[in-house]
Amino acid sequence: MKGYFKCSGISKTYSKGQIALRDVSFEIPMRGIFSLIGRNGAGKTTLVRILATELMPTSGNVIVDDIDIINDPDTIRRRIAIIPQEARAISWLTPMQTITTFLLYRGVKYSEDKAKAKEVLKEFGLTTVSDKLNRTLSGGQKRKVLVAALVASDADILFMDEPTTGLDPISRAELWDILSYLKKDKFIFLTTHYLEEAERLSDRIGILDQGEIKAIGTMAELRAKVPKKYSISLLDGDHESVEIDNNGSIIKIGSRIFVDENEAYVIAKDLINRNIRFSINPVSLEDIYYSIVKRDIRGEDHVQE
Amino acid sequence: MYRSSQMAASILVNAVYAMKNFPITLVNTLLSPLSFLLVITLASHGRLLSVSLGGALIMSMVSSGIGLQGDLSHLKNDFKLQDMVVSSPTTASVYLVGMAISEIVYSIPAIAVLGVLASIYIHTTVTGIFQIIAVMTLMFSFSILLGFTLATITYDIIQSWAFSGIISTLISTIPPVYYPITYIPMPFRYAAYASPTTYGAELVQNAIGFVHISTASFITDWMILILINVVFLFIAVKKARWREV
Repeated sequence: MKGYFKCSGISKTYSKGQIALRDVSFEIPMRGIFSLIGRNGAGKTTLVRILATELMPTSGNVIVDDIDIINDPDTIRRRIAIIPQEARAISWLTPMQTITTFLLYRGVKYSEDKAKAKEVLKEFGLTTVSDKLNRTLSGGQKRKVLVAALVASDADILFMDEPTTGLDPISRAELWDILSYLKKDKFIFLTTHYLEEAERLSDRIGILDQGEIKAIGTMAELRAKVPKKYSISLLDGDHESVEIDNNGSIIKIGSRIFVDENEAYVIAKDLINRNIRFSINPVSLEDIYYSIVKRDIRGEDHVQE
Repeated sequence: MYRSSQMAASILVNAVYAMKNFPITLVNTLLSPLSFLLVITLASHGRLLSVSLGGALIMSMVSSGIGLQGDLSHLKNDFKLQDMVVSSPTTASVYLVGMAISEIVYSIPAIAVLGVLASIYIHTTVTGIFQIIAVMTLMFSFSILLGFTLATITYDIIQSWAFSGIISTLISTIPPVYYPITYIPMPFRYAAYASPTTYGAELVQNAIGFVHISTASFITDWMILILINVVFLFIAVKKARWREV
Protein backbone atom coordinates (compact mmCIF):
# COMPACT_ATOMS: atom_id res chain seq x y z
CA MET A 1 0.00 0.00 0.00
CA LYS A 2 1.40 3.39 -0.97
CA GLY A 3 2.04 6.02 1.68
CA TYR A 4 2.09 3.53 4.53
CA PHE A 5 4.75 2.16 6.80
CA LYS A 6 3.92 -1.39 7.78
CA CYS A 7 5.88 -3.45 10.33
CA SER A 8 4.87 -7.07 10.79
CA GLY A 9 6.16 -9.23 13.62
CA ILE A 10 9.52 -7.53 14.04
CA SER A 11 11.58 -9.26 16.70
CA LYS A 12 15.20 -8.77 17.58
CA THR A 13 17.34 -10.88 19.84
CA TYR A 14 21.01 -9.90 20.05
CA SER A 15 23.76 -12.48 19.92
CA LYS A 16 24.14 -12.58 23.71
CA GLY A 17 20.49 -13.52 24.07
CA GLN A 18 19.24 -10.06 24.98
CA ILE A 19 15.71 -9.63 23.62
CA ALA A 20 15.24 -6.07 22.33
CA LEU A 21 11.98 -6.34 20.36
CA ARG A 22 9.11 -8.80 20.60
CA ASP A 23 6.72 -9.18 17.70
CA VAL A 24 6.37 -5.48 16.92
CA SER A 25 3.56 -4.88 14.43
CA PHE A 26 1.98 -1.60 13.37
CA GLU A 27 0.85 0.28 10.32
CA ILE A 28 1.06 4.06 10.09
CA PRO A 29 0.52 6.56 7.29
CA MET A 30 3.74 8.29 6.20
CA ARG A 31 2.57 11.80 6.95
CA GLY A 32 3.76 14.37 9.46
CA ILE A 33 5.64 13.23 12.54
CA PHE A 34 5.42 9.82 14.16
CA SER A 35 7.00 9.72 17.62
CA LEU A 36 8.07 6.55 19.32
CA ILE A 37 8.22 7.03 23.07
CA GLY A 38 9.52 4.78 25.76
CA ARG A 39 12.03 4.71 28.55
CA ASN A 40 15.72 3.91 28.11
CA GLY A 41 16.17 0.33 26.97
CA ALA A 42 12.59 0.01 25.69
CA GLY A 43 13.88 -0.91 22.23
CA LYS A 44 13.37 2.42 20.43
CA THR A 45 16.86 2.64 18.95
CA THR A 46 16.83 -1.01 17.89
CA LEU A 47 13.55 -0.48 16.04
CA VAL A 48 14.75 2.71 14.37
CA ARG A 49 18.00 1.05 13.29
CA ILE A 50 16.02 -1.82 11.74
CA LEU A 51 13.69 0.58 9.92
CA ALA A 52 16.65 2.65 8.70
CA THR A 53 18.18 -0.56 7.29
CA GLU A 54 21.19 -0.43 9.62
CA LEU A 55 20.30 -3.57 11.54
CA MET A 56 18.75 -6.87 10.50
CA PRO A 57 15.82 -8.09 12.61
CA THR A 58 15.76 -11.65 13.90
CA SER A 59 12.35 -12.07 12.29
CA GLY A 60 9.54 -10.07 10.72
CA ASN A 61 9.31 -7.71 7.81
CA VAL A 62 8.79 -4.05 7.01
CA ILE A 63 7.00 -2.80 3.93
CA VAL A 64 7.28 0.84 2.87
CA ASP A 65 5.41 1.83 -0.27
CA ASP A 66 5.37 -1.78 -1.46
CA ILE A 67 9.14 -2.09 -0.89
CA ASP A 68 10.35 -4.89 1.37
CA ILE A 69 13.06 -2.91 3.13
CA ILE A 70 14.48 -5.91 5.00
CA ASN A 71 15.28 -7.87 1.86
CA ASP A 72 15.68 -4.96 -0.55
CA PRO A 73 17.32 -2.17 1.46
CA ASP A 74 19.05 -0.50 -1.51
CA THR A 75 15.82 0.77 -3.04
CA ILE A 76 14.59 2.48 0.11
CA ARG A 77 18.01 3.93 0.97
CA ARG A 78 17.52 6.56 -1.73
CA ARG A 79 14.51 7.81 0.20
CA ILE A 80 15.64 7.62 3.83
CA ALA A 81 18.14 9.49 5.97
CA ILE A 82 18.93 9.23 9.66
CA ILE A 83 20.41 11.10 12.57
CA PRO A 84 21.43 8.22 14.82
CA GLN A 85 21.30 8.44 18.58
CA GLU A 86 24.35 10.29 19.93
CA ALA A 87 25.40 11.37 16.43
CA ARG A 88 27.67 14.42 16.42
CA ALA A 89 28.76 16.80 13.71
CA ILE A 90 32.35 15.82 12.86
CA SER A 91 34.51 18.15 14.89
CA TRP A 92 37.18 18.90 12.27
CA LEU A 93 34.66 19.90 9.60
CA THR A 94 32.72 23.13 9.17
CA PRO A 95 28.90 23.11 8.80
CA MET A 96 29.34 23.75 5.07
CA GLN A 97 31.76 20.82 4.74
CA THR A 98 29.50 18.59 6.86
CA ILE A 99 26.48 19.19 4.65
CA THR A 100 28.32 18.98 1.34
CA THR A 101 29.95 15.67 2.20
CA PHE A 102 26.66 14.25 3.47
CA LEU A 103 25.07 15.21 0.16
CA LEU A 104 27.90 13.55 -1.74
CA TYR A 105 27.29 10.33 0.18
CA ARG A 106 23.66 10.62 -0.87
CA GLY A 107 24.74 10.74 -4.49
CA VAL A 108 24.34 14.47 -5.14
CA LYS A 109 26.79 15.69 -7.77
CA TYR A 110 29.79 17.70 -6.55
CA SER A 111 28.77 20.55 -8.86
CA GLU A 112 25.35 20.84 -7.20
CA ASP A 113 25.91 20.19 -3.52
CA LYS A 114 27.50 23.48 -2.49
CA ALA A 115 24.50 25.46 -3.72
CA LYS A 116 22.13 23.12 -1.87
CA ALA A 117 24.20 23.37 1.30
CA LYS A 118 24.28 27.15 1.11
CA GLU A 119 20.52 27.28 0.74
CA VAL A 120 19.82 25.03 3.71
CA LEU A 121 22.39 26.78 5.92
CA LYS A 122 20.55 30.03 5.25
CA GLU A 123 17.22 28.37 5.97
CA PHE A 124 18.53 27.14 9.34
CA GLY A 125 20.13 30.46 10.29
CA LEU A 126 23.62 28.96 10.18
CA THR A 127 25.13 31.17 7.47
CA THR A 128 27.27 33.15 9.92
CA VAL A 129 28.88 29.99 11.27
CA SER A 130 29.02 28.05 8.00
CA ASP A 131 32.83 28.23 7.80
CA LYS A 132 33.60 27.80 11.49
CA LEU A 133 34.70 24.42 12.77
CA ASN A 134 31.86 22.33 14.21
CA ARG A 135 33.82 21.92 17.45
CA THR A 136 33.45 25.65 18.13
CA LEU A 137 29.64 25.65 17.75
CA SER A 138 27.09 25.38 20.56
CA GLY A 139 25.32 22.07 21.19
CA GLY A 140 22.15 23.39 19.57
CA GLN A 141 23.99 24.62 16.49
CA LYS A 142 25.79 21.28 16.10
CA ARG A 143 22.49 19.41 16.21
CA LYS A 144 21.00 21.89 13.71
CA VAL A 145 23.89 21.17 11.34
CA LEU A 146 22.97 17.47 11.33
CA VAL A 147 19.28 18.20 10.80
CA ALA A 148 20.19 20.64 8.02
CA ALA A 149 22.21 17.90 6.31
CA LEU A 150 19.18 15.62 6.38
CA VAL A 151 16.92 18.34 5.06
CA ALA A 152 19.31 19.21 2.22
CA SER A 153 19.15 15.63 1.01
CA ASP A 154 16.37 14.42 -1.24
CA ALA A 155 15.22 11.90 1.38
CA ASP A 156 11.52 12.07 2.16
CA ILE A 157 11.61 9.73 5.17
CA LEU A 158 13.73 11.09 8.02
CA PHE A 159 14.64 9.10 11.10
CA MET A 160 15.76 11.06 14.14
CA ASP A 161 16.75 9.10 17.21
CA GLU A 162 16.43 11.36 20.25
CA PRO A 163 17.55 14.48 18.38
CA THR A 164 16.85 16.89 21.24
CA THR A 165 18.52 14.97 24.06
CA GLY A 166 20.95 17.16 25.92
CA LEU A 167 19.81 20.43 24.36
CA ASP A 168 18.93 23.48 26.42
CA PRO A 169 15.24 24.57 26.39
CA ILE A 170 15.77 27.32 23.82
CA SER A 171 17.71 25.11 21.40
CA ARG A 172 15.11 22.41 21.86
CA ALA A 173 12.28 24.83 21.07
CA GLU A 174 14.16 25.98 17.95
CA LEU A 175 14.51 22.39 16.81
CA TRP A 176 10.81 21.80 17.46
CA ASP A 177 10.00 24.72 15.16
CA ILE A 178 12.22 23.25 12.47
CA LEU A 179 10.61 19.80 12.79
CA SER A 180 7.12 21.32 12.67
CA TYR A 181 8.09 23.09 9.47
CA LEU A 182 9.69 20.00 7.96
CA LYS A 183 6.73 17.73 8.52
CA LYS A 184 4.80 19.53 5.80
CA ASP A 185 6.93 17.89 3.10
CA LYS A 186 8.59 14.93 4.77
CA PHE A 187 7.69 12.04 7.01
CA ILE A 188 9.63 12.18 10.26
CA PHE A 189 10.06 9.12 12.44
CA LEU A 190 11.17 10.48 15.79
CA THR A 191 12.14 8.77 19.01
CA THR A 192 12.18 10.65 22.26
CA HIS A 193 11.74 10.20 25.94
CA TYR A 194 10.50 13.75 26.31
CA LEU A 195 6.75 13.20 26.42
CA GLU A 196 5.98 16.89 26.09
CA GLU A 197 7.97 16.93 22.87
CA ALA A 198 6.09 13.97 21.43
CA GLU A 199 2.70 15.42 22.40
CA ARG A 200 3.50 18.82 20.96
CA LEU A 201 5.00 17.70 17.66
CA SER A 202 3.45 14.42 16.69
CA ASP A 203 0.60 13.46 14.45
CA ARG A 204 0.85 9.92 15.74
CA ILE A 205 2.56 8.39 18.74
CA GLY A 206 3.64 4.87 19.56
CA ILE A 207 4.39 3.68 23.08
CA LEU A 208 7.13 1.06 23.24
CA ASP A 209 7.90 -0.73 26.47
CA GLN A 210 10.08 -3.77 27.10
CA GLY A 211 10.33 -4.37 23.36
CA GLU A 212 6.58 -4.37 22.75
CA ILE A 213 4.26 -1.79 21.24
CA LYS A 214 1.74 -1.04 23.99
CA ALA A 215 -0.33 1.54 22.15
CA ILE A 216 -0.25 3.51 18.94
CA GLY A 217 -2.38 6.25 17.43
CA THR A 218 -3.22 9.95 17.46
CA MET A 219 -3.51 11.72 20.81
CA ALA A 220 -7.29 11.34 20.61
CA GLU A 221 -6.95 7.63 19.91
CA LEU A 222 -4.50 7.17 22.78
CA ARG A 223 -6.78 9.09 25.13
CA ALA A 224 -9.58 6.71 24.20
CA LYS A 225 -7.42 3.81 25.40
CA VAL A 226 -7.30 4.98 29.02
CA PRO A 227 -10.35 4.67 31.26
CA LYS A 228 -9.89 8.02 33.02
CA LYS A 229 -9.77 10.84 30.50
CA TYR A 230 -9.45 13.88 32.78
CA SER A 231 -7.06 14.97 35.46
CA ILE A 232 -7.92 17.24 38.39
CA SER A 233 -5.30 19.08 40.39
CA LEU A 234 -5.44 21.61 43.21
CA LEU A 235 -4.15 25.09 42.63
CA ASP A 236 -2.26 26.97 45.35
CA GLY A 237 -4.65 28.14 48.04
CA ASP A 238 -5.68 27.57 51.63
CA HIS A 239 -5.80 23.79 51.37
CA GLU A 240 -2.76 21.50 51.41
CA SER A 241 -4.98 18.54 50.62
CA VAL A 242 -8.65 17.92 50.11
CA GLU A 243 -10.79 14.86 50.57
CA ILE A 244 -13.13 14.42 47.68
CA ASP A 245 -16.82 13.87 48.33
CA ASN A 246 -18.28 10.47 47.45
CA ASN A 247 -14.89 9.29 46.35
CA GLY A 248 -12.65 8.80 49.37
CA SER A 249 -9.58 9.96 47.43
CA ILE A 250 -7.37 12.77 48.64
CA ILE A 251 -5.80 15.33 46.32
CA LYS A 252 -2.69 17.11 47.54
CA ILE A 253 -1.27 20.29 46.06
CA GLY A 254 1.10 19.28 43.27
CA SER A 255 -0.60 15.96 42.64
CA ARG A 256 -3.39 14.93 40.29
CA ILE A 257 -6.27 12.55 40.30
CA PHE A 258 -7.59 10.86 37.18
CA VAL A 259 -11.29 10.65 36.65
CA ASP A 260 -13.87 9.88 34.01
CA GLU A 261 -16.36 12.44 32.71
CA ASN A 262 -19.09 11.80 35.30
CA GLU A 263 -16.64 11.82 38.21
CA ALA A 264 -15.13 15.01 36.88
CA TYR A 265 -18.53 16.70 36.91
CA VAL A 266 -19.33 15.61 40.45
CA ILE A 267 -15.92 16.49 41.89
CA ALA A 268 -15.77 19.84 40.13
CA LYS A 269 -19.20 20.77 41.47
CA ASP A 270 -18.14 19.76 44.99
CA LEU A 271 -14.89 21.73 44.85
CA ILE A 272 -16.65 24.82 43.55
CA ASN A 273 -19.20 24.59 46.37
CA ARG A 274 -16.34 24.37 48.87
CA ASN A 275 -14.61 27.33 47.22
CA ILE A 276 -11.47 25.32 46.49
CA ARG A 277 -9.36 26.40 43.51
CA PHE A 278 -8.57 23.59 41.07
CA SER A 279 -7.89 22.86 37.42
CA ILE A 280 -9.37 20.17 35.23
CA ASN A 281 -7.75 19.03 31.98
CA PRO A 282 -7.89 16.23 29.46
CA VAL A 283 -5.18 13.70 30.31
CA SER A 284 -1.78 14.51 28.81
CA LEU A 285 0.48 12.11 26.94
CA GLU A 286 2.48 11.78 30.15
CA ASP A 287 -0.65 10.65 31.98
CA ILE A 288 -1.53 8.24 29.20
CA TYR A 289 1.99 6.89 29.05
CA TYR A 290 2.14 6.22 32.78
CA SER A 291 -1.33 4.79 32.77
CA ILE A 292 -0.55 2.34 29.96
CA VAL A 293 2.95 1.39 31.05
CA LYS A 294 2.21 1.15 34.78
CA ARG A 295 -1.05 -0.67 34.18
CA ASP A 296 0.95 -3.16 32.25
CA ILE A 297 3.52 -3.53 35.02
CA ARG A 298 1.14 -3.59 37.99
CA GLY A 299 -2.07 -4.69 36.39
CA GLU A 300 -3.63 -1.37 37.52
CA ASP A 301 -5.85 0.85 35.50
CA HIS A 302 -5.82 3.88 37.76
CA VAL A 303 -2.82 5.93 38.61
CA GLN A 304 -2.51 8.72 41.13
CA GLU A 305 0.76 10.60 41.34
CA MET B 1 24.99 6.34 -9.72
CA TYR B 2 27.49 9.02 -8.75
CA ARG B 3 29.97 6.58 -7.23
CA SER B 4 32.72 9.13 -7.73
CA SER B 5 30.82 11.71 -5.64
CA GLN B 6 30.34 9.15 -2.89
CA MET B 7 34.04 8.24 -2.91
CA ALA B 8 34.93 11.93 -2.94
CA ALA B 9 32.90 12.36 0.26
CA SER B 10 35.15 9.92 2.13
CA ILE B 11 38.30 11.50 0.72
CA LEU B 12 37.11 14.96 1.75
CA VAL B 13 36.01 13.93 5.26
CA ASN B 14 38.97 11.79 6.14
CA ALA B 15 41.83 13.52 4.36
CA VAL B 16 41.33 16.79 2.53
CA TYR B 17 39.28 18.67 5.12
CA ALA B 18 41.34 17.25 8.00
CA MET B 19 44.56 18.45 6.34
CA LYS B 20 43.03 21.77 5.29
CA ASN B 21 41.52 22.58 8.70
CA PHE B 22 44.40 21.11 10.73
CA PRO B 23 47.66 21.38 8.72
CA ILE B 24 49.64 19.93 11.65
CA THR B 25 48.37 16.49 10.53
CA LEU B 26 50.61 16.83 7.45
CA VAL B 27 53.68 16.99 9.66
CA ASN B 28 52.59 13.87 11.52
CA THR B 29 51.99 11.85 8.37
CA LEU B 30 55.35 12.95 7.01
CA LEU B 31 57.37 12.15 10.14
CA SER B 32 55.97 8.70 10.98
CA PRO B 33 57.53 6.62 8.16
CA LEU B 34 60.73 8.68 8.20
CA SER B 35 61.50 8.07 11.88
CA PHE B 36 62.41 4.36 11.52
CA LEU B 37 64.29 5.11 8.30
CA LEU B 38 66.43 7.65 10.11
CA VAL B 39 67.16 5.43 13.11
CA ILE B 40 68.09 2.34 11.06
CA THR B 41 70.21 4.38 8.65
CA LEU B 42 72.12 6.07 11.47
CA ALA B 43 72.56 2.83 13.43
CA SER B 44 73.91 1.03 10.35
CA HIS B 45 76.16 3.95 9.36
CA GLY B 46 74.23 4.28 6.11
CA ARG B 47 74.74 0.68 5.04
CA LEU B 48 71.01 -0.13 5.32
CA LEU B 49 69.75 3.10 3.74
CA SER B 50 68.34 1.46 0.59
CA VAL B 51 66.81 -1.41 2.58
CA SER B 52 65.30 1.04 5.07
CA LEU B 53 63.89 3.10 2.22
CA GLY B 54 62.24 -0.01 0.78
CA GLY B 55 60.91 -0.77 4.27
CA ALA B 56 59.62 2.77 4.67
CA LEU B 57 57.76 2.50 1.37
CA ILE B 58 56.13 -0.72 2.56
CA MET B 59 55.35 0.81 5.91
CA SER B 60 53.79 3.89 4.37
CA MET B 61 51.31 1.48 2.76
CA VAL B 62 50.75 -0.64 5.86
CA SER B 63 50.32 2.50 7.95
CA SER B 64 47.38 3.37 5.71
CA GLY B 65 45.52 0.30 6.92
CA ILE B 66 46.42 0.96 10.54
CA GLY B 67 45.35 4.58 10.07
CA LEU B 68 42.16 3.54 8.33
CA GLN B 69 41.25 1.26 11.20
CA GLY B 70 41.60 4.10 13.70
CA ASP B 71 39.91 6.71 11.51
CA LEU B 72 36.93 4.53 10.64
CA SER B 73 36.45 3.49 14.27
CA HIS B 74 36.55 7.13 15.35
CA LEU B 75 34.07 8.18 12.67
CA LYS B 76 31.82 5.23 13.40
CA ASN B 77 31.79 5.21 17.18
CA ASP B 78 32.19 8.88 18.05
CA PHE B 79 30.30 10.57 15.20
CA LYS B 80 28.04 7.71 13.96
CA LEU B 81 29.12 8.42 10.39
CA GLN B 82 28.95 4.77 9.36
CA ASP B 83 25.33 4.51 10.56
CA MET B 84 24.44 7.58 8.51
CA VAL B 85 26.19 6.21 5.43
CA VAL B 86 24.66 2.72 5.75
CA SER B 87 21.21 4.35 5.51
CA SER B 88 22.21 6.15 2.32
CA PRO B 89 22.69 5.02 -1.28
CA THR B 90 26.45 4.59 -0.63
CA THR B 91 27.49 0.92 -0.54
CA ALA B 92 30.08 -0.63 1.78
CA SER B 93 32.55 -1.15 -1.08
CA VAL B 94 32.27 2.47 -2.29
CA TYR B 95 32.72 3.73 1.28
CA LEU B 96 35.76 1.45 1.75
CA VAL B 97 37.39 2.46 -1.54
CA GLY B 98 36.81 6.16 -0.79
CA MET B 99 38.27 5.82 2.69
CA ALA B 100 41.22 3.78 1.35
CA ILE B 101 42.00 6.51 -1.19
CA SER B 102 41.71 9.08 1.60
CA GLU B 103 44.50 7.29 3.45
CA ILE B 104 46.67 7.46 0.32
CA VAL B 105 45.89 11.16 -0.03
CA TYR B 106 46.83 11.57 3.62
CA SER B 107 50.13 9.79 2.97
CA ILE B 108 51.04 11.76 -0.16
CA PRO B 109 53.61 14.01 1.61
CA ALA B 110 55.40 10.97 3.04
CA ILE B 111 55.21 8.99 -0.21
CA ALA B 112 56.52 11.99 -2.15
CA VAL B 113 59.55 12.40 0.13
CA LEU B 114 60.22 8.65 0.15
CA GLY B 115 59.83 8.55 -3.63
CA VAL B 116 62.45 11.26 -4.08
CA LEU B 117 64.85 9.54 -1.66
CA ALA B 118 64.21 6.17 -3.34
CA SER B 119 64.97 7.59 -6.79
CA ILE B 120 68.32 8.83 -5.45
CA TYR B 121 69.44 5.95 -3.22
CA ILE B 122 67.73 2.84 -4.62
CA HIS B 123 69.31 1.47 -7.78
CA THR B 124 67.18 -1.11 -9.50
CA THR B 125 65.86 -2.16 -12.89
CA VAL B 126 62.51 -1.23 -14.43
CA THR B 127 61.27 -4.72 -13.50
CA GLY B 128 62.47 -4.05 -9.96
CA ILE B 129 60.49 -0.80 -9.83
CA PHE B 130 57.35 -2.63 -10.94
CA GLN B 131 57.96 -5.30 -8.34
CA ILE B 132 58.30 -2.67 -5.60
CA ILE B 133 55.09 -0.98 -6.75
CA ALA B 134 53.28 -4.34 -6.88
CA VAL B 135 54.44 -5.22 -3.36
CA MET B 136 53.34 -1.80 -2.12
CA THR B 137 49.93 -2.30 -3.74
CA LEU B 138 49.44 -5.73 -2.17
CA MET B 139 50.58 -4.42 1.23
CA PHE B 140 48.14 -1.54 0.89
CA SER B 141 45.17 -3.72 -0.03
CA PHE B 142 45.94 -6.23 2.73
CA SER B 143 46.22 -3.54 5.38
CA ILE B 144 43.11 -1.71 4.17
CA LEU B 145 41.01 -4.89 4.24
CA LEU B 146 42.31 -5.74 7.70
CA GLY B 147 41.74 -2.18 8.94
CA PHE B 148 38.20 -1.99 7.53
CA THR B 149 37.18 -5.33 9.03
CA LEU B 150 38.51 -4.42 12.46
CA ALA B 151 36.95 -0.95 12.34
CA THR B 152 33.49 -2.29 11.62
CA ILE B 153 33.56 -4.62 14.63
CA THR B 154 34.87 -2.12 17.17
CA TYR B 155 32.44 -0.46 19.52
CA ASP B 156 34.76 1.95 21.25
CA ILE B 157 37.82 3.99 20.35
CA ILE B 158 39.68 2.24 23.20
CA GLN B 159 39.34 -1.05 21.28
CA SER B 160 40.56 0.70 18.16
CA TRP B 161 43.67 2.04 19.90
CA ALA B 162 44.42 -1.46 21.15
CA PHE B 163 44.04 -2.92 17.66
CA SER B 164 46.30 -0.21 16.21
CA GLY B 165 49.01 -0.95 18.75
CA ILE B 166 48.83 -4.71 18.26
CA ILE B 167 48.80 -4.55 14.45
CA SER B 168 51.57 -2.00 14.38
CA THR B 169 53.79 -4.16 16.56
CA LEU B 170 53.01 -7.42 14.77
CA ILE B 171 53.34 -6.22 11.19
CA SER B 172 55.73 -3.32 11.34
CA THR B 173 57.96 -3.32 14.42
CA ILE B 174 58.79 -7.02 14.86
CA PRO B 175 59.09 -8.18 11.20
CA PRO B 176 62.32 -7.41 9.32
CA VAL B 177 60.92 -4.62 7.17
CA TYR B 178 63.72 -2.09 7.61
CA TYR B 179 66.56 -4.65 7.68
CA PRO B 180 67.23 -8.13 6.21
CA ILE B 181 65.68 -11.17 7.85
CA THR B 182 69.15 -12.68 8.30
CA TYR B 183 69.68 -10.19 11.12
CA ILE B 184 67.14 -12.11 13.17
CA PRO B 185 68.67 -15.10 14.96
CA MET B 186 67.20 -18.56 14.52
CA PRO B 187 64.68 -19.84 15.58
CA PHE B 188 62.98 -16.41 15.88
CA ARG B 189 63.36 -15.99 12.13
CA TYR B 190 60.49 -18.42 11.58
CA ALA B 191 58.20 -16.26 13.73
CA ALA B 192 58.88 -13.31 11.43
CA TYR B 193 57.28 -15.23 8.58
CA ALA B 194 53.96 -14.98 10.41
CA SER B 195 53.76 -11.39 9.20
CA PRO B 196 52.82 -10.57 5.58
CA THR B 197 55.22 -7.62 5.66
CA THR B 198 58.17 -10.04 5.92
CA TYR B 199 57.36 -11.47 2.48
CA GLY B 200 56.87 -7.99 1.04
CA ALA B 201 60.15 -6.77 2.51
CA GLU B 202 61.99 -9.84 1.20
CA LEU B 203 60.71 -9.16 -2.33
CA VAL B 204 61.62 -5.46 -2.15
CA GLN B 205 65.08 -6.23 -0.77
CA ASN B 206 65.52 -8.72 -3.62
CA ALA B 207 64.33 -6.15 -6.17
CA ILE B 208 66.88 -3.59 -5.00
CA GLY B 209 69.63 -6.22 -4.99
CA PHE B 210 70.34 -6.17 -1.26
CA VAL B 211 69.47 -9.85 -0.81
CA HIS B 212 69.14 -12.59 -3.37
CA ILE B 213 66.35 -15.08 -2.86
CA SER B 214 65.88 -18.36 -4.73
CA THR B 215 63.30 -18.65 -7.50
CA ALA B 216 61.26 -20.92 -5.26
CA SER B 217 61.25 -18.32 -2.46
CA PHE B 218 60.47 -15.58 -4.99
CA ILE B 219 57.39 -17.45 -6.26
CA THR B 220 56.36 -18.49 -2.75
CA ASP B 221 56.55 -14.91 -1.46
CA TRP B 222 54.32 -13.61 -4.26
CA MET B 223 51.86 -16.48 -3.82
CA ILE B 224 51.65 -15.85 -0.09
CA LEU B 225 51.07 -12.11 -0.56
CA ILE B 226 48.31 -12.76 -3.09
CA LEU B 227 46.80 -15.49 -0.92
CA ILE B 228 46.82 -13.21 2.13
CA ASN B 229 44.92 -10.59 0.13
CA VAL B 230 42.35 -13.14 -1.03
CA VAL B 231 41.91 -14.41 2.54
CA PHE B 232 41.50 -10.90 3.95
CA LEU B 233 39.10 -9.98 1.16
CA PHE B 234 37.04 -13.03 2.10
CA ILE B 235 37.18 -12.10 5.80
CA ALA B 236 36.21 -8.50 5.02
CA VAL B 237 33.22 -9.62 2.95
CA LYS B 238 32.10 -12.19 5.51
CA LYS B 239 32.96 -10.59 8.82
CA ALA B 240 32.88 -6.82 8.34
CA ARG B 241 29.69 -5.42 9.82
CA TRP B 242 28.03 -2.94 7.52
CA ARG B 243 24.36 -3.65 8.03
CA GLU B 244 24.59 -5.26 11.43
CA VAL B 245 23.00 -8.60 12.25
